[in-house]
Amino acid sequence: MTLRYVKSASVYMLVVFTAVLLVSLSARAGVIENYQFDSPEQQEQFFRLNEELRCPQCQNQSIADSNAPIAQDLRREVHRMIVEEKADDDTVIQFMLDRYGDFVLYKPRMDARTIALWFGPLILLLLGVFILFRILKQHRPETKDQDLNEQDRAELDKILGGKDK
Amino acid sequence: MKRWKLFLPLTFFLTFCVLLYVGLFMENKSELPSMLLDKPLPEFSLKKLKQPQEAVTEGDLKGEVLMLNVWGSWCPACKVEHPYLMKLAREGINIVGVNYKDEREGALQWLDRLEDPYLFNIVDEDGRLGLDLGVYGAPETFLVDKKGVIRYKHIGIIDDRVWKEDLKPRYDALQKELVK
Repeated sequence: MTLRYVKSASVYMLVVFTAVLLVSLSARAGVIENYQFDSPEQQEQFFRLNEELRCPQCQNQSIADSNAPIAQDLRREVHRMIVEEKADDDTVIQFMLDRYGDFVLYKPRMDARTIALWFGPLILLLLGVFILFRILKQHRPETKDQDLNEQDRAELDKILGGKDK
Repeated sequence: MKRWKLFLPLTFFLTFCVLLYVGLFMENKSELPSMLLDKPLPEFSLKKLKQPQEAVTEGDLKGEVLMLNVWGSWCPACKVEHPYLMKLAREGINIVGVNYKDEREGALQWLDRLEDPYLFNIVDEDGRLGLDLGVYGAPETFLVDKKGVIRYKHIGIIDDRVWKEDLKPRYDALQKELVK
């Protein structure tokens, strides 16, 4: 009787824990705000831009994730631009760039200063592969029968040919 | 293999060490460069803090070299900076305040209690001017030349060192510039 009670209690606890876990997984950490949009596309654009823009103050969060006052302001501005001005992505991003610089972009643009960032790893990889091949080539065992002259080779062919046949 | 090639890995390693060492001291900067350097002040039309019936626009900031100081009564660092601003104001430095995302009452009380170093204050209640200025905190201070062009930005508190090393030389230089 007691045993059965304990068992059902533990099953109950398990259910509760699982439920709490599921709820906490589905809850998105971050920001709860109420914004109105004219269309689902605008809403989608809003969330996409918020993920792409980096909060200038918190350094390691997008403005979608941050509760810093400046992130709130930037979200409000993104919303205003989308709904009132019907701005496209590039316009909004340029607007932020003009004020906060490259820092607001999580994905740096390709220009003279960031070219090393974009292609550096690829160049290093190619360099590595090149060096690897050079080393492998140097260490490859010699397979050519360089020591044999014409006469030796003819003789060898004769021996081998004879055996083959 | 030629002998010099044996030193290649070491060279790579040392180069890498130097780069990382330099990076170690570079990365600690939390200040972002301003995008607005050498650009005119953004357009705005906002109220004055002490004379709410009067509007200020960017045009009103032309004519004299001035420091545009972004502050709020909610900002502890601004309180630290305040006595130094008072000192500068007494020396005759032009300081215009941007009262950034503040409540009017709190701001007025602040100026009442701590004294007022500002020529006047621009009320930026919703932070829209701040956004156009690329402000992301307070205090931030802009040096504006006679033509109303932003020439320098300092992020953080102004103290004796900052003033003497960064701001004063620039302020004085701007003062000598002639407006055509």
